[in-house]
Amino acid sequence: MKPTSEAELADLISSVKAPLCIRGGGTRLLGPIEGEVLETSGLQGISLYEPGALTMVAGAGTTLDEIGAALKAENQRLAFEPPDLRDVLGTTGASTIGGVAASNASGPRRISVGACRDFMLGVRFVDGAGIVAKNGGRVMKNVTGYDLVKLMSGAFGTLGVLSEVSLKVMPKVEIQLCLRIEGLNAKQAVAAMSAALGSPFEVSGAAQDLDGAVVLRLEGFDASVRYRADKLTQVLAGFGTVEILDDQAQCDTLWRDIRDARGFTGSTGDLWRVSVKPGDAPELIDALGAHAVLLDWGGGLMWVDMPKRTDLRARMSVPGHATLMRSDDKGFEQVARFHPQAAPLAKISARLRARFDPKGLLNPGLMGDVA
Amino acid sequence: MDMPLPNPIVLSRKAELVARLLTVLPRDAVIEDEMETRAYECDALTAYKCPPLLAVLPRSTTEVSDILRICHNMNVPVVPRGSGTSLAGGALPTADCVILGVARMNDVLETDYANRVIRVQSGRTNLSVSGAVAEEDFFYAPDPSSQLACAIAGNIAMNSGGAHCLKYGVTTNNLLGVTMVMMDGEIIEIGGAHLDSGGLDLLGVICGSEGQLGVVTEATLRILHKPEGARPVLVGFDSNEVAGACVSDIIQAGVLPVAIEFMDRRVTEVVENYAHAGYPLCEAVLIIEVEGSEAEIDAQLALIREIAERHNPIEFREAKDADEASRIWLGRKSAFGAMGQINDYMCLDGTIPVSSLPMVLRRIGELSKEYGLDVGNVFHAGDGNMHPLILFDANKDGDLELCEAMGAEILKLCVEAGGCLTGEHGVGIEKRDLMGYQYEPADLDAQMAVKDIFDPKWLLNSAKVFPLNLSDAKRSARIAAE
Repeated sequence: MKPTSEAELADLISSVKAPLCIRGGGTRLLGPIEGEVLETSGLQGISLYEPGALTMVAGAGTTLDEIGAALKAENQRLAFEPPDLRDVLGTTGASTIGGVAASNASGPRRISVGACRDFMLGVRFVDGAGIVAKNGGRVMKNVTGYDLVKLMSGAFGTLGVLSEVSLKVMPKVEIQLCLRIEGLNAKQAVAAMSAALGSPFEVSGAAQDLDGAVVLRLEGFDASVRYRADKLTQVLAGFGTVEILDDQAQCDTLWRDIRDARGFTGSTGDLWRVSVKPGDAPELIDALGAHAVLLDWGGGLMWVDMPKRTDLRARMSVPGHATLMRSDDKGFEQVARFHPQAAPLAKISARLRARFDPKGLLNPGLMGDVA
Repeated sequence: MDMPLPNPIVLSRKAELVARLLTVLPRDAVIEDEMETRAYECDALTAYKCPPLLAVLPRSTTEVSDILRICHNMNVPVVPRGSGTSLAGGALPTADCVILGVARMNDVLETDYANRVIRVQSGRTNLSVSGAVAEEDFFYAPDPSSQLACAIAGNIAMNSGGAHCLKYGVTTNNLLGVTMVMMDGEIIEIGGAHLDSGGLDLLGVICGSEGQLGVVTEATLRILHKPEGARPVLVGFDSNEVAGACVSDIIQAGVLPVAIEFMDRRVTEVVENYAHAGYPLCEAVLIIEVEGSEAEIDAQLALIREIAERHNPIEFREAKDADEASRIWLGRKSAFGAMGQINDYMCLDGTIPVSSLPMVLRRIGELSKEYGLDVGNVFHAGDGNMHPLILFDANKDGDLELCEAMGAEILKLCVEAGGCLTGEHGVGIEKRDLMGYQYEPADLDAQMAVKDIFDPKWLLNSAKVFPLNLSDAKRSARIAAE
């Protein structure tokens, strides 16, 4: 099923009686979902782009490639740098903005500018009863009524199928520099990243790659970035030798690989994405017995390669939550993709799903049970 | 402004309610005397007043839970209150309600510089959150104009912004977790010190829900290290349109000022007479602030000057020292007070796409003539968040109504321009009945469905946000079920 308009999408959802597997480009698949595939890629096209107002409105099925090309022509970008998970998840196809929004897909710049949800200004969606609704709009500040934009962002289609997304876009930066320190253990790495992020020097990426090197990103106007790189080098002097990477293409590749967790491409274990307080990451790493761990967001985001069919959550010794990103069918059968919520929140979430998806059509079972 | 009629059953059970509350609260936490409850009869939207049945001032999450459970069982409406600085009537009581004030819950629970978070009780004032981390040169970024007085609880309820949110975002972008009490007394924890939510983003929908989904008692907030320095410039233009175009060009050029503020001629004149800040008298004044080291500030301001000069400003004044910087901000910061000196005013809060600024300003000027009411414009131009101030005389019969009618026209104009009714003040009672201009019935149904789930009896602040005719049915259903 591939509706080509919002009205068609609404008709379709009104009429179906069996579960649907909602799919944008199919690049972020979180394992198998039962149901006939409903593709949103027909809801296509940029309907408004005002570079001077930093605003873009696009159909949910618009590809990231198309959006990227339009932005590039105006020297702008999506500042939340949505990850491209095709390599690491072994998927193909073209990522859509609806899929990005529905999964709140946010890259390394989460720590400075915010997540996908922070750049979403408005949505249009069709709920599970086939009713079309909108929320938010296309302006930067909007507190008119409840913020269902946030609720829909990260709901993975379980509360409604997005038909249109309105986004805040940002100008590209003049340059970036990367600072690199090798040979730190996780505890030292998080301490170094905390020192950097707690400085006034506006770090826009802080990760420890699979080789153990801490990398920090500075972006902006040339003179400013160089000044901050110099200052930050002084802040980090106690942690080891700070190497500065100036090659723009090399920096791009480095951050793309972190963003997309490319280091885990073809690895044999299950891949988990774990969100914790940065300072808790080292303790958790000790508790997990993982094959490998990539730290992003200053330690607050852990990409973890675990032995197959091991429930990472059973070993979680600190607050936070873990999403199973990649496993085999059997693994997904045994372990829930999303972290079970505390009972009171699970109850609220289940009621929300029951209200917005009364027939239980939309990606059923993906995010827990319906009330 | 219509409000629901008080429920006579609730009014008749006041003594019983007090007695029950006193089983869980100390004597000084329950305010029942009619003289004393008057202190809670309104918020900063002072045109509307109604003393509550009672006010309660709990000191802990447990006490809040006990209060809400009792009110829930007795079907007593509750209006949560932070510091009462809402400009939209968000804390306006009804005669049958309990005002639940969180002002006594103002402790800092934890500061964690390594993880860049602070956890506070929600009654703590906005500015004192920054104050609590100032010794390490950290701050909490959202800065509503009322930050000296307003509480984090109210900031979360209204998703408050401020002059500096162009760079740092509004409350929702800086809120990581809450402890919240549901209307039935259940205590829930959402989020924490980590950055994203697992499961549905409930935190995202609670922030900005105007105290209708629960009472937030504790909050985990992101804190940031202060920039090395900051410096404002003042740029004067002889046309609003040109000033608007300049704002757009600056934003597009990739400079990210922390603030771009706009004042029109009417406001500039009043402010100049009041504060003597030395502003040029011209059609539009922009105040633009940038941050960083001295060298970074110089570089950014050079670029801003280059862009501004393309638009032939009549003045470009850079602050050379702290004194000049404070004089540049003095006028902007005293704008509301200065306008209040010359007249009563109503402050609107619609947001528009920056590109529509000239058209909307021109149309506001025309409406001002049509209605015969003076308007001054002072606002956050960088994100299109307008603040037209309509001047009226509260002592003159019909003037308030005329002003409200004109305000509604301006807000409709904002929506037509692609914007919204409110950018940072919230809907409250003020814009409640205009919601139909921005949202279709299905859009409002979707929002009200969320309220149904969090507060099925519609007891929490329920006469706000949604058009009264829509929420009446919900309240009537509850009263009928009693």
